[in-house]
Amino acid sequence: MFTYDRVLNKCKKGRVEMKLANEAGFSNNDFIEMYRKMWQIRIFEETLEQLYKNGEIHGTMHLCTGQEATAAGSAGLLRKQDWITSTHRNHGHSIAKGTSIEAMLAEILGKKTGTNQGKGGSMHIADPDHGHLGSNGIVGAGFPIAAGAALTAQMNGTDQVVICYSGDGATNEGSFHEAMNLASLWHLPVIYFVENNQYGMSTATADSMNIRHISQRSQSYGIEGITIDGNDLIEVINTTFRAIQKAQSGGGPTLIEAMTYRYCGHSKSDQRLYRKKTEEQWWQDNFDPIKRTKKTLLEHGILTKEECAQIPLVVQTEIKAAVVKVRKDPKPDLTDLETQVYAE
Amino acid sequence: MKEITYLEAIHEALDEALSNDEKVYLLGEDIGVYGGGFGATKGLLEKYGAGRIRSTPISESAITGVAVGSAMTGMRPIMELQFSDFVTIAMDQLVNQAAKIHYMYGGSTKVPLVMRTAAGSGTGAAAQHSQSLENWLAHVPGLKVVQPSCAYDAKGLLHAAVEDNNPVMFYEHKLLYPLKEEVPESKFLIPLGVAAVKRAGSDLTIVATGIMVHKAIAAAEILAQSGIEAEIIDPRTLVPLDEDTILRSVAKTRRLLVVTEAVKRSGFGGEIAAVVAESDLSMQLLAPIMRLGGKAIPIPCQQDLEYAAVPQIEDIVKSAMKQMDAFKGGLV
Repeated sequence: MFTYDRVLNKCKKGRVEMKLANEAGFSNNDFIEMYRKMWQIRIFEETLEQLYKNGEIHGTMHLCTGQEATAAGSAGLLRKQDWITSTHRNHGHSIAKGTSIEAMLAEILGKKTGTNQGKGGSMHIADPDHGHLGSNGIVGAGFPIAAGAALTAQMNGTDQVVICYSGDGATNEGSFHEAMNLASLWHLPVIYFVENNQYGMSTATADSMNIRHISQRSQSYGIEGITIDGNDLIEVINTTFRAIQKAQSGGGPTLIEAMTYRYCGHSKSDQRLYRKKTEEQWWQDNFDPIKRTKKTLLEHGILTKEECAQIPLVVQTEIKAAVVKVRKDPKPDLTDLETQVYAE
Repeated sequence: MKEITYLEAIHEALDEALSNDEKVYLLGEDIGVYGGGFGATKGLLEKYGAGRIRSTPISESAITGVAVGSAMTGMRPIMELQFSDFVTIAMDQLVNQAAKIHYMYGGSTKVPLVMRTAAGSGTGAAAQHSQSLENWLAHVPGLKVVQPSCAYDAKGLLHAAVEDNNPVMFYEHKLLYPLKEEVPESKFLIPLGVAAVKRAGSDLTIVATGIMVHKAIAAAEILAQSGIEAEIIDPRTLVPLDEDTILRSVAKTRRLLVVTEAVKRSGFGGEIAAVVAESDLSMQLLAPIMRLGGKAIPIPCQQDLEYAAVPQIEDIVKSAMKQMDAFKGGLV
C-alpha cells in the first residue's frame, strides 16, 4: 500500500521532496496501487452512469470523472486515523480514503447494506471507521466541521490531520472565510483542498470571483495558499505531503487549490450549455489525469503497456461483480424509517 | 442546598461538567476574560485555561461548525451564542448539519453538543437581541430543545444536556439570570422530557414556558383570590415534550391556557394546544383552548411598547377568567 507512513519514513531519512516513485523511494507497487485507485474511481463513476441510465438509481448524483488525481493523490496519503470531510462530489475522495466500493454502491442503490444504511445516498457517503467524517450536500458546510475535527486532534495531542475537500464555488460562501480565519488563528491541523474544476454548477469561476487564483484568498488569513496542477498526480502528492507535514508539526492549515476539470455535468440534470464541447475535448485530450499517470509509469518502466491495459480490466470486473452482488442486498425496512433520528 | 441565581446555577453546571469530563470544552465569543455575554463563564478561563475555554472570533457559523466537527470526533463542546437571535447566522450548522448527521449517516456518527444561548425580551435591546426563536429549532427533527425557567432546573437540565449524545439547544432567559432559589451544591440531572408541575390546581391548566412560568404563577395567585385554582405546568423541554403530564393535568381541569413569550403565530404554543386538541380530552373540555403569545411584531425598544409586546401577568389573569366564564356561559 502507498501510505503516508512510508513517505514519512523516507522523509526521516532526509528526503522531503519526491518527484517520482523511484526518487522518493516508493516501491513500484505503491505507485501501481495509486494508479489502480484512479481507475477504480473512474470506473465506479462510469458504472453509476450506466446504472442511472438503467433506472436503478433513485435521486441524482455528482460524478467526479476527470478529477481522479486530486482525490487519489491527497486522500491516498492519509492513514486510517486521519480524517476527511467531503462534498456532494465525494465518490473519488471516499474511494481514495478507503471506503468500501461495495458499501458505496449499496448506498447509492438504496440498500440497507450501504455506508449510510440507505439513508444518505450518493451525496452523503460517510464512513467514520475509515476516517471519512461524511459528505455534505450544503456547499461550504464542511469548512468549519473539518476545523472542529482538527481541533479534536489538537486537543487530544494526536498527530491526526484533516483534509477538507471543497469545490471552487464553495470558497464564495461565508463559512469558508470564517473557518479559514479560525483554523489559522488556532493553528489547526487541517488542509483545505479546493478542487477548482472551473465551474460552480454552471457558473465559471471567472464569473464568480474577481481574483485569478482561489489560493490568493489564503493571504487574508495568514496561511499558505498554493495553486497546483490537480491533474498531475505527482504534484498533488508532493503538495499534500508537505501540507500534512506542516499540519503535524503545528504549522497550521494550508489552502491547496488544485486545478482540474469535471468531464460530466454538475449533476444528472445538467446539459452543459454553459461550455463548449471543444473545451471538454481539449481537457480530455491534453490533461486527463489517468493518461498522464500512465505515461509517467510507462516512461519510468514501472509498468509495461500490457500491465497498464490489464489494470482497468481487472477493476472493471471487480466493480461489475460488486454490482451483481449488491443488487441482491436487502432494502432498508420501513421499520428503519424513524430510527436513528436521535442517538442513544 | 444553597441559594444561588439562575446564572450561578448555569455557571456551576459548566464548572462541574468541565471538571468531570476532559472532553467537555467551551467555545464562543467573549467567553474568556469577559466571562461570556451575561457572565455565565466568568472565572472558568482562569481555572481551565484557554485550551478548554476557547474565546472565538465573531463567527457564529464557524463556532457552530467547529462544535459540530469536534463533537463528531469525540469531544463534548458547549458553545455559547451570545444572543439567541444569532442562531440565524448559525442556522446551517444547526439545522442541516448537527440535526441531520446521525440519521443521514446511518447512525454511524453522534453529535453531542450543547448550544447555550440567551433569549427573550425585557432588556430594551430591541428587535435583533430580544427574540424567542426556540420554536424554529423545536421544528427540526434531530435537535433537542431545553428551556429552563428556574435555577434548579437550569443546573439539572444543563447537566443532562451535556451528557446527552445529541445536539441540545439550551435556551436561557435574560431576565431569569438574577432569580434566586435553592439548588443542590453538587451535580444532579433532570432528565430531558420530564415536565414539572410548578403549582397544583384543579380549575384550569396553564402550560407556560421559560419566563412565562413565573408570570403564570403570579397570575395564579391573583386568580386564587377569586377562588380559581390554576395548575401550572412547565414542560422544561420542548423536545422531547412530556405530553403525559400535560394531558394528565387537563384531564383533571378540563381547561387549557398556553402561554409563551415567543410570537403566538406558528409558535410552540400551537403544538401544546394540539397535543390536547388531538387527544380524547378535546371532547371533554369546558372551554376552548386558548393561547397567549408574543404579538406578531418585531420587539420594540421603548419600555412601554416592549412590555406590551409579550404576555404579562394581567393578560394571563384575563385569559384565565375568560376560560372560567366560558363554563359559566353554559358550555358543558
